[in-house]
Amino acid sequence: MIEALAEYGATNSRIVVLTADVSSSILTTYFAQKFPDRFFNVGIAEAGMVDTAVGLALGGMIPFVNTFAGLFLRATEQIRTCVAYARTNVKLIGGYGGLSDFKDGPTHHSIMDIAVMRAMPNIAVLVPADSIEAKKLVPLMAQYQGPLYMRISRSEMPIVFDDNHKVEIGKGVVVRNGRDITVIANGYMVSRSLEAASLLSSRGIDVRVLNIHTVKPLDISLIRKCAKETGAIVTVEEHSTIGGLGSAVAEALVRGYPVPVEMVGIADTFAETALDYDSLLDRYGMSVEDIVRAVQRALDRKKT
Amino acid sequence: MVFKKAHSVKLIKELEQIARQLRIDALGMIHCREQGHPGGALSCADIISALYFHHLRIDPDRPEWEARDRFILSKGHACAILYPALARRGYFPIEELKTWGHIGSRLQGHPDRLKTPGVEMTTGCLGHGISIGAGLCLAGRVKGLDYHTYVLVGDGECQAGILWEGVMLAGKYRLSKLITIMDYNKIQLDGRVEDIMPLEPVKKKWESFNWATLEINGHNMEEILDSLDMACRIRDRPTIIVAHTIKGKGVSFMEGKAEWHAKAPNDDEFKQAIEELRKNG
Repeated sequence: MIEALAEYGATNSRIVVLTADVSSSILTTYFAQKFPDRFFNVGIAEAGMVDTAVGLALGGMIPFVNTFAGLFLRATEQIRTCVAYARTNVKLIGGYGGLSDFKDGPTHHSIMDIAVMRAMPNIAVLVPADSIEAKKLVPLMAQYQGPLYMRISRSEMPIVFDDNHKVEIGKGVVVRNGRDITVIANGYMVSRSLEAASLLSSRGIDVRVLNIHTVKPLDISLIRKCAKETGAIVTVEEHSTIGGLGSAVAEALVRGYPVPVEMVGIADTFAETALDYDSLLDRYGMSVEDIVRAVQRALDRKKT
Repeated sequence: MVFKKAHSVKLIKELEQIARQLRIDALGMIHCREQGHPGGALSCADIISALYFHHLRIDPDRPEWEARDRFILSKGHACAILYPALARRGYFPIEELKTWGHIGSRLQGHPDRLKTPGVEMTTGCLGHGISIGAGLCLAGRVKGLDYHTYVLVGDGECQAGILWEGVMLAGKYRLSKLITIMDYNKIQLDGRVEDIMPLEPVKKKWESFNWATLEINGHNMEEILDSLDMACRIRDRPTIIVAHTIKGKGVSFMEGKAEWHAKAPNDDEFKQAIEELRKNG
């Protein structure tokens, strides 16, 4: 993702990068080394960084603004007023998404960023499934007219796609076909959902897996089509079950094609510190087994 | 402070006359809408007149001109003075002023860059202008453009931490094309700035963030013009012009009164206010 930003920066001189003293964590140093005149480290000043990016956007640049996803909440009013309402061409990149900064605890986790960003008019919200999808989204984000938030993970995520993967902002991707139920996921949870689908396949359950990398604008027609064709939905996200992907999908379905929906994510609670990422996801309700159980619950409801 | 006399008496008289007209326009709008912020609009009328009718390098016929100077009204609640300035400068028809605040109007309760021609940035939530202005200066630097960015801040918003993040950043990058004017009218919504959260020593604060500081009487047109020119000549750091002003300036019963921060005059008060402004012209 970050290498892609540096590569793309070579072809588009309007790209600038801002960071709030997290460039070595989020690896924007790579861009900084190549384009020092277009890189601004503002120190630990997230709110000011967002406003500075707004000014750069007003001046015709395309700012990519980086900090930890959880810390963008510090700049929520700046994002609401100066980015969303003023519809400035600012690209917010939230690193350390979800529980991926497992070792630093809930202060550094980000489990509500999607809910907050999604509630803001005018802002597109992206959660790529792996580094290939993230890289492919970089030029699309730059070409997209208007504000945008992308959440990325701290950790190396399992690779889901190869270089032939086609990405379009606002378009979901069916990553596995199936007829009995659709699992809708994004981020790291796409690969976990694929694991769950394989397990379920051995039990005779044919699971479709849909990657919704764009939570907003949501690919409503594809989601309703999957609901019609498979009759039940499970959403899987590395986020609170309040306000994120699950909520977005449920909103779309209750209005258009209500089918049983089960949600996998973190319940209305903060997590805790852990020694490794996967154990923390497992402990807080996002294990492969949690997905399997949710599928079974949704299928039971579908039958009745 | 002492300045050399660089501007003609005629220009100064003209700009003073325009400031008076803007004050009359602003009160008319506030009275008509029965809403608005007269105190902080009247305190910066002279500064707005100097900027829009003399100092700014702008062209209403080319609002997207890349090399234009930018102005950000960080204290967006004073838009009752900005809107008539934009209208009289030719950005939109003067008749449109009376639509202010109505559903469907291009003139919002606070400035909206997407709706109102000539408004460079949406403001209203305080404290944002300096960081945004700094970003505009950085963009100008990357692009090799020589425009200046002017930010008008209120004194109350200097209590916001976000404002100082921008001040620090502008100091770091030595953004000499960022010129901030502080409308130091010493009154905020709830009362006197000094009582609510004192700002003094104001100049030392900005100096310690590596800004050049100028201090003027914000109702003396000659001082306003000279300080703007002087700020443009400073090449190694951003400049703050601390403009001492009077809240509600020009209307005797509003001057220095917190109650006029956000209150519309009734018919009698409006009549008296306009008479005073006309008489003193």
